[in-house]
Amino acid sequence: MTDPSFSTGSDPDPNPDVSTDVSIGGNVQDSEAALVAQVHEAQAAGRALRIQGTGSKAFYGNSCPAEAVLDCTGHRGVVAYEPSELAITARAGTSLLEIEHLLAEQSQQFPFEPPHFGDGTGSDDIGGGTLGGLVATGLSGPSRPYTGSVRDAVLGVRLLNGRGEVLHFGGQVMKNVAGYDLSRLMAGALGVLGVLLEVSLKVIPTPPATLTLVHECSLEAALQQLRRWARRPLPITASAWYQGRLMIRLSGSDEALAESHRLLGGTPLDVAESAWRVLRDQRHAFFLGDAPLWRLSVSPATPADALPGAEDQLIEWGGALRWLTGDQDVAQLRALAQAAGGHATLFRPGRGPMPADGVFNPLEPVVKRLHQQLKSAFDPQGILNPRRLYPDL
Amino acid sequence: MPRIPDERPLNPQPDIIAALSAVLPAGTVLSSAAELAPYECDGLTAFRQRPMVVALPECIEQVQQVLRLCHDARVPVVVRGAGTGLSGGALPLADGVLVSLAKFNRILAVDPDSLSARVQPGVRNLAISEAAAPYGLYYAPDPSSQIACTIGGNVAENSGGVHCLKYGLTVHNILKLKLLTIEGELFEVGREALDAPGLDLLALLTGSEGMLAVIVEITVKLLPKPERAQVLLAAFADVETAGAAVAGIIAAGITPAGLEMMDNPAIRAAEDFVQAGYPVEAEAVLICELDGFNAEVSFEVMRVRELLLSAGATEVRTAADEAERLLFWKGRKAAFPAVGRLSPDYYCMDGTIPRRELPRVLRRIAELAADYSLRVANVFHAGDGNLHPLILYDANHPGELERAEELGGAILELCVAVGGTVTGEHGVGVEKLNQMCVQFNTTELEQMHRVKAAFDPHGLLNPGKAVPTLHRCAEFGAMHVHHGELKFPELPRF
Ligand SMILES: Cc1cc2nc3c(=O)[nH]c(=O)nc-3n(C[C@H](O)[C@H](O)[C@H](O)COP(=O)(O)OP(=O)(O)OC[C@H]3O[C@@H](n4cnc5c(N)ncnc54)[C@H](O)[C@@H]3O)c2cc1C
Repeated sequence: MTDPSFSTGSDPDPNPDVSTDVSIGGNVQDSEAALVAQVHEAQAAGRALRIQGTGSKAFYGNSCPAEAVLDCTGHRGVVAYEPSELAITARAGTSLLEIEHLLAEQSQQFPFEPPHFGDGTGSDDIGGGTLGGLVATGLSGPSRPYTGSVRDAVLGVRLLNGRGEVLHFGGQVMKNVAGYDLSRLMAGALGVLGVLLEVSLKVIPTPPATLTLVHECSLEAALQQLRRWARRPLPITASAWYQGRLMIRLSGSDEALAESHRLLGGTPLDVAESAWRVLRDQRHAFFLGDAPLWRLSVSPATPADALPGAEDQLIEWGGALRWLTGDQDVAQLRALAQAAGGHATLFRPGRGPMPADGVFNPLEPVVKRLHQQLKSAFDPQGILNPRRLYPDL
Repeated sequence: MPRIPDERPLNPQPDIIAALSAVLPAGTVLSSAAELAPYECDGLTAFRQRPMVVALPECIEQVQQVLRLCHDARVPVVVRGAGTGLSGGALPLADGVLVSLAKFNRILAVDPDSLSARVQPGVRNLAISEAAAPYGLYYAPDPSSQIACTIGGNVAENSGGVHCLKYGLTVHNILKLKLLTIEGELFEVGREALDAPGLDLLALLTGSEGMLAVIVEITVKLLPKPERAQVLLAAFADVETAGAAVAGIIAAGITPAGLEMMDNPAIRAAEDFVQAGYPVEAEAVLICELDGFNAEVSFEVMRVRELLLSAGATEVRTAADEAERLLFWKGRKAAFPAVGRLSPDYYCMDGTIPRRELPRVLRRIAELAADYSLRVANVFHAGDGNLHPLILYDANHPGELERAEELGGAILELCVAVGGTVTGEHGVGVEKLNQMCVQFNTTELEQMHRVKAAFDPHGLLNPGKAVPTLHRCAEFGAMHVHHGELKFPELPRF
């Protein structure tokens, strides 16, 4: 069956020709030294820097007023990749697409299914930006509840802090509790603590097969169904609901998929791969247009009617992620998301206004103070991506 | 190795005992020598120190009061869960208050709809899975100490277990924490949702060894119990081949629930102790558990069997039933006490290395052990490269403890040299402060000290643990690097 509600949206060629040359260029030392020098200069001049990859996620977060750009795209290349270690280390400017191709050659992938948001130029390129941008935004795709987040996969970082110091935390091994976990802290920090130079991430084997099943049901029925399934050890690796259709992806051996299909019922979807990609990259019709897009991250147990516009939402992550478009009463929406155990983010402001306190849920006073103190611990002059995470940080 | 973990000048303020007694219920402030004795060490018994006083608060408000008093009087605080830590993280300070969270032992809620449980920090790890069992759920991280250790201690150490190869460490299995700053202010990090706004303080606080804040409530993630678990036991004629088989299984795209290895001394000790039917002639055994959806497990058991045989296993057994599965595990689980029967004392190390280095590192550990004239048994989490060499020694023989500690230090430095870390799951505590100087440079350590100061400006929470002072590293470096020679110059550095 082809599913109209999930295949609306364009899906350009997912495998454009990219070079997977992992040889280390002769200018690596130079490209790192250049970034260090720019931070030193900015420090001396007391000038703020806007850290940038390809700009594919420039829409996300608050806007940083700094005029000077610290361009990380020149610092690229895979540093280490040994498939049996289930880990890859690459420089922050390396393109996500290039890394994913390299992993695919070894039948491996990132556990968190990173979205590809294009390069911001409106071209057909769905390169998805750089590794640094991926980790700094910490945005994960459809598999997140089942195989973990970007943060979960971070094993180590090489970091340039606001004092111009190059620091290495964590490593390439799976278990490491030596000192504070400053590498996972960088995931989602939007560059306010430091410039990512290199990141080591955990990878997982690509499952031998996948099967996507569609059920027709209301949102409340879908949420209940997802909760029931979550309590059983099923090989579910993605789930979404939109306009009366619940779609789940199963991954594993053919035997396991056949058995799960028998247990769960539903109609197999034959354009599944592209449907999940369109959803992951927000090229589905739901996400298009210039209406404000709200991301509600809540407890999966939240009933449909606890949040506004229920039947118009698009649901992911087994009910833990609910997308809503249109103008909203910001204070009320945040309060409802908070009551549902989570938080509300204005993901894309579109034509709507920017909330004065920023696109992210404001922090409680103690947590806010800890943010400010941590910021000074890494970037005492506040020169790295000021205001990007919070307008007063 | 110096037995004094902390280089601070002592600043005893006995007045704090009366102040604590005034705010805490009768019987919850302990200060006589006999009362203090049980708290003088954790699982790292070579280090002992009695605290000035022990406080046993019963509710969050009481912990707040204790912290405010200590903060105002600048008295250092060490928090203690069950005291099973193996790196001296809960070692008291002579002029400090030891806050035991033993009375925070209630499971506040189990919610099968959101697959989570809200618990107090003193709840035992296993008690969570027991409370979740009626719903077919469990809490995945399973340190071998799980009948005794507390979830608060697990979060503070980011503890792992046999099943963390597939299910992750503590940090991957918690959703939300309630904590107190040293000033006694309550705050929350994480959410009931899968992420939270702002910096990922949940990740930073997990594994922070009681240095940044006091954990007073934890919301953990629960998982559905696997439909089926199956275990294979494979014997090998040498340790290197077994190490290579581990990499082979992972490279084939299989993620076992657990993949453990024991070497010959450990196999023999375990077999003598519990008669699990282990092949005592083997130089190494691998225990590989596969779990999950029934159809998937059947498929993977077949593949792993083939992989083990083609990797050179001399024998592969598949547990015929649940009784045999438990028997295969019994030897592994009893390995530490079994090794304990071989020797009056043993010292458990905890380095992690890249899997591909297993054969070389195991060989080098054997050589080092011979250099120090000590025996080493290896029982460890091979799947994630987390080594637990057990160094056998007799503290009654003068100099043996010191030799054991030196050998341990050399093993950890070997782990760093091959691209690994000095601690995979037991934490730094007071034990691995010197090795932290090997793994991190001065700038990195200074950054960690600044992070500590961001939470605890006066350095009152567990001072002297986890991150060495630069002064200590300078001294350690001076006595350690002879004539500017690096350790293990034959190994590539990365
Ligand atoms: C036989 C044995 C087997 C073990 N097996 C494993 C294993 O397989 N995997 C593994 O990872 N570990 C293992 N351990 C180590 C130990 O059990 C873990 O580190 C455990 O998490 C410690 O928990 P605890 O409650 O005993 O903490 P404690 O030892 O009391 O404290 C540990 C640290 O946490 C801090 N702390 C405790 N509670 C809090 C709190 N509420 N807030 C802030 N800080 C706090 C303390 O200050 C201290 O620094 C083993 C130990 C033994 C003795």
